[in-house]
Amino acid sequence: MRYAFFSLALSLLAGPLAAFELEERVLFDSPGEGPTLRILSTTDIGLMRPVIEAFLEENPEISIDYHAASSTEVMLALTEEAAEFDVAISSAMDLQVRLANDGYAQDHRSDATRGLPEWARWHDQVFGFTLEPATIVLSRDDFEGMDLPQTRQDLIALLRDNPEQFEGRIGTYDVRTSGLGYLFATQDARTSETYWRLSEVMGGMQARLYCCSDDMIGDVASGEIAMAYNVLGSYADARTDLHEDIHIIRPEDFTTVMMRTAVIPETAQAPDAAGLFVDHLIESSWAQENSSFSFLGVTPQGLAQSASLRPIQLGPGLLVYLDRLKRRQFLEEWSAALVQQPE
Amino acid sequence: MRFLLVEDNQQLAAAILDRLSLDGHVVDYAGDLDTADSFTSTTDYDLILLDIMLPDGDGRSFLEQQRSAGSNTPIIVLTARSEVSDRVGALDLGADDYIPKPFDFSELEARCRAVLRRHSGTSTNDKRFGNVALDALAGTLCVGDTTVTLRNRELRLIEVFFASPGQIISKSKLVDRLFSYDEEVSENAIEVYVGRLRKHLATSDVAIETVRGLGYRLAVP
Amino acid sequence: MSIFRAGTGSIRRRLTLQLLASAALLAVVLFVIVFNFARQIGAESQDRVLAASAASILEATAVQSGEIVIDIPYFAFSMLDNANDDRVFYQIAQDGEVLTGYDDLQTARGPGSAPNFATVAFRGEVLRVVTQTRRLSSDGRPVNVTVTVGQTRDAQAEVLNRISRMAVALGIGFFVVSALLAILAGRVTAESLSRLAASVSRRGPEDLRPVVADVPAEMRPLVRSLNAMIARLSGAFNRTEDFIAEAAHRVRTPLATVRAHAENTLRRVDREENRDSLREMIRAIDESSRAAGQLLDHAMVSLRVDQLELHPVDLHSLTRELADKLAPVAEMRDMDIRLNRMAGAEVMGDAILIQNALRNVLENAIKYSPADTAIDIDLQVRDHRAYVSIRDQGPGFRPGEASTLTGRFTRGENAAGTIGSGLGLTIADEVARAHNGQIEMTNNTEGPGACVTLSFPLR
Repeated sequence: MRYAFFSLALSLLAGPLAAFELEERVLFDSPGEGPTLRILSTTDIGLMRPVIEAFLEENPEISIDYHAASSTEVMLALTEEAAEFDVAISSAMDLQVRLANDGYAQDHRSDATRGLPEWARWHDQVFGFTLEPATIVLSRDDFEGMDLPQTRQDLIALLRDNPEQFEGRIGTYDVRTSGLGYLFATQDARTSETYWRLSEVMGGMQARLYCCSDDMIGDVASGEIAMAYNVLGSYADARTDLHEDIHIIRPEDFTTVMMRTAVIPETAQAPDAAGLFVDHLIESSWAQENSSFSFLGVTPQGLAQSASLRPIQLGPGLLVYLDRLKRRQFLEEWSAALVQQPE
Repeated sequence: MRFLLVEDNQQLAAAILDRLSLDGHVVDYAGDLDTADSFTSTTDYDLILLDIMLPDGDGRSFLEQQRSAGSNTPIIVLTARSEVSDRVGALDLGADDYIPKPFDFSELEARCRAVLRRHSGTSTNDKRFGNVALDALAGTLCVGDTTVTLRNRELRLIEVFFASPGQIISKSKLVDRLFSYDEEVSENAIEVYVGRLRKHLATSDVAIETVRGLGYRLAVP
Repeated sequence: MSIFRAGTGSIRRRLTLQLLASAALLAVVLFVIVFNFARQIGAESQDRVLAASAASILEATAVQSGEIVIDIPYFAFSMLDNANDDRVFYQIAQDGEVLTGYDDLQTARGPGSAPNFATVAFRGEVLRVVTQTRRLSSDGRPVNVTVTVGQTRDAQAEVLNRISRMAVALGIGFFVVSALLAILAGRVTAESLSRLAASVSRRGPEDLRPVVADVPAEMRPLVRSLNAMIARLSGAFNRTEDFIAEAAHRVRTPLATVRAHAENTLRRVDREENRDSLREMIRAIDESSRAAGQLLDHAMVSLRVDQLELHPVDLHSLTRELADKLAPVAEMRDMDIRLNRMAGAEVMGDAILIQNALRNVLENAIKYSPADTAIDIDLQVRDHRAYVSIRDQGPGFRPGEASTLTGRFTRGENAAGTIGSGLGLTIADEVARAHNGQIEMTNNTEGPGACVTLSFPLR
């Protein structure tokens, strides 16, 4: 491997460098004279590495300084802290739209962005480069010999019929802390009332709340919990090592599809290199043949053919659930449904 | 010869009549077309002198009338207009010649002679003196059997002598008859023409005698 | 010197330009109207959507157990989504205190509860905002909830852009069509004028009948005035001709009378002093009558030249006829007129004028040559022109004199003692020019005498 990379412990970054919390930092140092591209992302480096390496293959003079953080932290870093990053990648579409709407992003136009479908691009500032469904992950052991639930209604019936089997063994996002979880929950609530019924059922069974998809997948695979609701399908698909232990279900009533999006912040120091990187993301994900992108869960063609896949629309509508009052009300409702016995 | 003069200006007519009579012609005078018509219906003329502007009409209508009635009497038009003024030329209507007023009598005479010569060729009454006969119209002089053709001035000169044979005619008068008034000629110029005539008359029994200090005279010596 | 004043230009160009200018003006007006209308429609439709958005938020506002509860509907913002991804800002306030949204967003103030609109600047963008207020009752106290929704105007600008491009195209199209019509109108108008001009200029100079060209009503006064002028002109021509004829008659007849009497008297008078006086008298009469004659001739020639009418003229027989006519006069001076090389030649012109020109030259030759000499006339054709040359054996022209003799009243140095007015060659020159011809005066190369040559283009 030509690129030296190293992880830095979080502690090294603590203190004056940043007020927001970093989870991970990797530097892909290039011997070239080119700029260093500072990327702030909600995506684990493990999933991004093939993409980044392919990019550096093509642009050997550019170095990449990759920072991973939670979506809320990403938002905070770019708005409150005015941290200087060249690309912001996030799964929280609403926050990305808000960044652009509030003027923290800059325009980027290229052949690649023009090739994007209308719904995968907003204001020449927010670019979707993945299509990742929110799935239900089931433990194969627990569902041995049972009909797998294909819809939320199936799931509700199943839980009601077997309360003792699933009591305390259901996992879902804690939307109070997970930006992606909040996005999925609000979209579900917007799409169907079934979500609230399901939430109440899950709440009644002492559902466990998680921060991340990976944790949920791990717990399902290990049999810690029997099922996890609204898990990122792409992460589940990526964990091929666990596929013998889990089922990945895309609910047939509707499956919310999230787009991972990239934004070039207003404060970018190397906007040209950032543009190249964004183009690279778009090309390697939307060009089907040589896709080196491991988590393109849904193809655009598949999207067109399936009625149940509901991609989240980039647009001002996403701002609604970011509203203070709206969020407070939603969280109140959500807590009332899911956290029924606060202890 | 018998002339008809149609002219409304009486003074001019009188002068022309006077002159033509002096030259031995018989002239009838008409002051208007009506009178002219009555003359032509009763008399044959050798020549008609016709004015254009007449009190009772245009001379050209008389001209047309004459020609359409079959008369071929020579007609010379006297006109106060120049030819450029005439939209319809008198010549086109059958006039034999025209002469603009005012005119030199010599020129009138020359034109009349030319017209008459074209019509009849020879005159019917030759003038004779001694053994010399003069055909003024043809411009020929016969001495015995020899006939000579005279040049114009010779002819006019001998005409003067034939008109008054035996009389002494002054050089001054001869000059006036032979030359135009605007020519500056000395009286001696006449001697050239007298000399030529003497040559023609050498074989005849007449001679032009010089009367010293007075002039010349035609005589039978 | 041109008889037309400069700067009046062409009617066709002026008309076309005026129509073009009005077409351009109309095109601009059209553009402005369409553009403004589009902008108004665009603004109104954006305002309507903004108002609907604000209204939907107010709809979702309620008082629950003494507290304001606002459940912003998802479509309140998604309805503002458009192809241009316009950015959306909002603010919800209760009695002037901001509850949620963008704190620093400017509201559109105005009376009443009807939606108020304003265009404001916000974070470097220009926004169109709507502010709407709803009065609620909380615990019997009135509470005013104010919702302000703002949106950038990219989409509107884009639509406006598209419409203004279309309006420009429309304006240009309108202008092009109008321009074509203007050119056509200019041509049609100019054509009716040219038709009139053609019908006037086609006619011969003596054709003084009224113009009867088919012209538009606006041009009829012009044709009427033209016809009135033609009538006056024709009257003037006739009066001039009559005047010249009358003048000739009045002058020449008395002169003829006096001269005839003088000549008759001269024959009768013997005394030399009296004879001299009479000769002087005759000479004076000849001089004045010839001068009067040539003046009147000249006037008449000028008149005819002005109304020159061209007909085929047989120059050969015309010259012969003239020689015959003048033969008696030549004979009186014992001169011969010799017709030598006489080619056949036909030219276009006024026979009477041409004959008069030749007559003046021939009369001069007879007058200025000594007796007993000959005058030679040749008619030759070369280079598509006919040349009539009249050669005498007189004294000829003095060197350098020839060119001046065609001036009025100029007489040659050698003409002293000969009666003349000096207009003969002037008339000949004018006639030649009027026929695109020339008069050339030289002295004979062999022997004495002058040679005057008149040339005319062949028919």
